[in-house]
Amino acid sequence: MSEYTLLAIACGLGTYVWRGLGVAVSARVRPESELFAWIGCVAFAMLAGLISRVVLIPSGALEHTALWQRLAATGFALAAYFLFTKKNLFAGVIASAAAMYLILLLS
Amino acid sequence: MSSPARSGFRQGLLHAAGIPAMVLAAGYVGFGALAAGHGLSLAGTLLSTLLIWALPGQLILVEMHTLGAPFLAVFLTVVFSGARFLPMTVVMMPLLREARGRPVHYYAAAQFVAMTGWAWTMARFPDMPAERRLGYFFGFIAVLMASALASTALGYLAGDLLPPMAKLAFVFMSPMYFLLLLAGGTNDARGYLAIVIGAVAGPLMHFVAPQWSVIVAGFVGGTLAYAAHRMWKKGGLQR
Repeated sequence: MSEYTLLAIACGLGTYVWRGLGVAVSARVRPESELFAWIGCVAFAMLAGLISRVVLIPSGALEHTALWQRLAATGFALAAYFLFTKKNLFAGVIASAAAMYLILLLS
Repeated sequence: MSSPARSGFRQGLLHAAGIPAMVLAAGYVGFGALAAGHGLSLAGTLLSTLLIWALPGQLILVEMHTLGAPFLAVFLTVVFSGARFLPMTVVMMPLLREARGRPVHYYAAAQFVAMTGWAWTMARFPDMPAERRLGYFFGFIAVLMASALASTALGYLAGDLLPPMAKLAFVFMSPMYFLLLLAGGTNDARGYLAIVIGAVAGPLMHFVAPQWSVIVAGFVGGTLAYAAHRMWKKGGLQR
């Protein structure tokens, strides 16, 4: 088994710890407690850091795109989601792909 | 399964087979194409969808593993990125509980708590009798899982058949899905603060320690956001 496959399994088990723990403590813990607020902040910052890294300094296939192309396509996705469709996730995601395709095609 | 649970299950299947399944498919087609582009195996990629069941964590897995990060660094970062599932599960469980449910049902349901299914089903639970909800959730998730697995495989296999520009557009959908989910699901100042500080800290940390950047940026950025919001709240009370 490759390290990647092992990682997929280990990460799946590790991620379940949060979910299982959630069931175990759900009767006793207030979800609005300060500890949860901090955990939420860390998780949000982590995910935001990953996305901005993928957009600003990508690895893999997206290395073949320019920074301005990725930023412009991100702008289109955010506009489609927040401005044009009142938070329609499907529209936003499709807009991101369509924008990226057109930007690559035209530049 | 009792009759309300069974009809709830059917209703869940029907409600998921539409926009929710399509939304998830868009994200996972991109993820499959991304993993194929990094030269990773299809088996590991499908397993990650089945077991991690969280696109952000899966993106971290693929990105960090490709950067050559050590096993422990990838593991810790992916696991901590799933920390949001703890409060999400805690909030959901009181709504799922009913007289005939057994603990094993709830622990099984918890494995499938993730942003898309959670947000859609939580929105419908208040208008639904309690005895239908667990069945509804499993029905909803069954369709989402089928859609995600099929899309992962499709993106993985079809990614190479597409012209290069279309493939890049596909790959780009995955982080965008997740960006919109994150930004759209936040409705308080603290959440936005954590997102903004994290978005700055992530790339900065990448220059210092690329293999540990996601987890370090998360802890430093998240703690900063939490502390700043707390001080601001306290200052506001004193005034």
